[in-house]
Amino acid sequence: MAIVTGKRNLLSHLAAHAGILIFLALVLFPFFMIISISLRPGNFAVGSLIPPEISFEHWKLALGISYEDAHGNLINPPFPVLTWLWNSVKIATITAFLILALSTTSAYAFARMKFRFKGAVLNSILLLQMFPAALTLIAIFSIFDTLGEYIPWLGVDTHGGLILSYLGGIALHVWTIKGYFESIPVDIEEAASVDGANTFQTFLYVLLPMAVPILMVVFVLAFIGTLIEYPVASILLHQEDNLTLAVGSKLFLYEQNYLWGDFAAAAVLSGLPITAVFLLAQKWIVSGLTVGGSKG
Amino acid sequence: MSSVHPFPLQPRVPFGKYLLKWSALLFSSLILLYIVSIIYLTGYFVLAFITLVIYCLTLYVYLHKPLTAYRYLLPGLIGISVFVIFPLVHTINMGLTNFSSSNLLDYQRAKQYFLDERYISSDNQLAFTLHKHSDGYQLKLSGEDKVYTSPPISLGGPQQITLREQDENSSFTLGDEIPMGQIIKLRESIKQLNLTLPSGQQLGMQGLRRFAMSSPLYKVFEGETLINTQTNAILTPNFDTGFFEDENKKRLTPGFKVSIGLDNYYRIFGSADFQEPFIKIFLWTVVFSALTVLFTLVIGVLLAVLLNWDALRFRTLYRTLLFLPYAVPGFISILVFKGLFNENFGEINLILNSLFGISPGWFSDPTLAKVMLVLVNTWLGYPYIMILCTGLLKSISGEIYEATAIEGCSPLRNFWSITLPLIIKPLSPLLVASFAFNFNNFVLISLLTGGRPDFLDSQVPAGTTDILVTYTYRIAFEDSGQNFGLAAAISTIIFVMVAIMSVINLRMARVNESGRKP
Repeated sequence: MAIVTGKRNLLSHLAAHAGILIFLALVLFPFFMIISISLRPGNFAVGSLIPPEISFEHWKLALGISYEDAHGNLINPPFPVLTWLWNSVKIATITAFLILALSTTSAYAFARMKFRFKGAVLNSILLLQMFPAALTLIAIFSIFDTLGEYIPWLGVDTHGGLILSYLGGIALHVWTIKGYFESIPVDIEEAASVDGANTFQTFLYVLLPMAVPILMVVFVLAFIGTLIEYPVASILLHQEDNLTLAVGSKLFLYEQNYLWGDFAAAAVLSGLPITAVFLLAQKWIVSGLTVGGSKG
Repeated sequence: MSSVHPFPLQPRVPFGKYLLKWSALLFSSLILLYIVSIIYLTGYFVLAFITLVIYCLTLYVYLHKPLTAYRYLLPGLIGISVFVIFPLVHTINMGLTNFSSSNLLDYQRAKQYFLDERYISSDNQLAFTLHKHSDGYQLKLSGEDKVYTSPPISLGGPQQITLREQDENSSFTLGDEIPMGQIIKLRESIKQLNLTLPSGQQLGMQGLRRFAMSSPLYKVFEGETLINTQTNAILTPNFDTGFFEDENKKRLTPGFKVSIGLDNYYRIFGSADFQEPFIKIFLWTVVFSALTVLFTLVIGVLLAVLLNWDALRFRTLYRTLLFLPYAVPGFISILVFKGLFNENFGEINLILNSLFGISPGWFSDPTLAKVMLVLVNTWLGYPYIMILCTGLLKSISGEIYEATAIEGCSPLRNFWSITLPLIIKPLSPLLVASFAFNFNNFVLISLLTGGRPDFLDSQVPAGTTDILVTYTYRIAFEDSGQNFGLAAAISTIIFVMVAIMSVINLRMARVNESGRKP
């Protein structure tokens, strides 16, 4: 918008591009490195940053395939990365569906119905969102430890328990869906109820079909949110085959058993799809950002 | 019960549906009452009570017509109550107890633990042999004139097994006998077996070849005191310390959970050796969050202003690439940095070494570790501020800049006098939220440094890069003492701080809203 003269214009353009490019080089350095490391033979840094020879050994291990090294020894995958990925996707899918169900029904009540304490309830669930689960890890652990004594499949080290523990995180989604419901004119639902539909029928057959876009957005947000969740998963899951990707990945980098190259391949393999989904959903994530805190 | 129905019959509902509804209700109530009674009997009164209250609330809401709105709200509200509010309350509550690995059980269970303890005398010895069975193993015990066998058992963990007397005349078949070498290997699991003879007498493993009579080691003496049947020592439960103690005040493990009032808080604020690391960690938490907010703000605003320049080419491409650190899952990028910064094998030290001949100890030097954390967190966080600012900049009318251009203002002057004052106000509550988020940035600290390098002279594990929330995690899960009570007390202190930040955040947001209205 600034009206500037020609010569200064060219100079400032060059300066801006140069500044951004240098910054980008610094910011994107870890991404280039991790791809290069995943294709480099061995687990330790060699003299150069770009691998002198390309090797797919780490990728084979990440995909669960054994390979033979130069001395003829068979190297087996150190960790079940694909199992972890599957666990993560399974838990995130189920959680996202349940969160969607819980937040849609709540949002319907907030958007369409009048009841006492509406404002108070709405504000307090938003306020509670300020207390992240990382603060109550001890309580969560003790709750699921106790629960497991009665219902073994909901105890510590079960996926059922982990999914259950995620079901409290609906406040932001309730607000998102509520905002969308309020933007839909209420006339159509009124017409339906005149025709004899009860509240549940208007909700299920009239309002929900009109809200499909926002439901998909909330599903994706809840899915990603669960996929990248670390603190609760790290205290509730213990057995190696039970872990999610977020908990399992750190096992690659123990000082005694440092598998840098294998980690790099696993990180690219699992990071790419999540990043792609996140970039596609970026528009809605950004609009949701202004409501509350930020992602973990 | 009175024959009057508690709810009016609805004439439009067909009888079949009506019957179905009430039988389902009755069925679910019975199941729930059964669950509640089990929970109650095992000693978790509060849990049983909460379950009952939630069930009654559900019934009330779904059977009471005027509460339609709550039918839709209830599932979500229960989710929030059970998994957000209850953990908060439970944490505050735990902060007032001595809950730890040595005081893990409640009183009734600790007492039962002592009453379940048995000792094995030399009376009534029976020789045993272990035999293979298709479902595990089978035991055979032979006395002077009697032979007993066990049902098939799978070894591992404590078990109660009732033996059956075998008539010597009748033939019974057993699998191959397990050789002594294997029995030695299996002895730990055999030791956990508690056998009961048909006469009611109980037996435990006495040696590699024999079982012998076992009797309870403790019996209830008077009231709540226990007596050791071997030494006649009397154990008295001490509800101040949470341990059973003998006459000489010697504590016996396991202890039990008791309320100790504000002792955990006295320990945090009162004792000098505890206070010092706590204050250091608190200060670092504040510095870490403040520096992160500052750096992400400066970089984020700068990039947003640059990218808002219409004449700049490749703006969309730049924006997408600059957004990347935010799009990659945190647990992956943090671990990537952990590897890149590695002192011996990391690529960053490789470059620094070849360029300047230095190899900084990013994980062993406290100051460098802190620098690394702030660097990585700035990398992770600036896109958030950048995206927020981009949105805010779009809402500033272009006419203002046209006016200043006519006045001959430099771009720098524009930024300081117009852009910044206009965006900083709507941005401030979000900056407070960002501060609060980083105040509790558990994922970054625990994945990158784990709080290390540690203070050398602290009682509980405490690291120079620990923030409060990772500190509580380490006290609860990494220390051998597992002092959950103490950790919960620190968590409660964090709650108070988070609450204060939330109030500030809401105030600022409200001021903005009222400011925007004409």
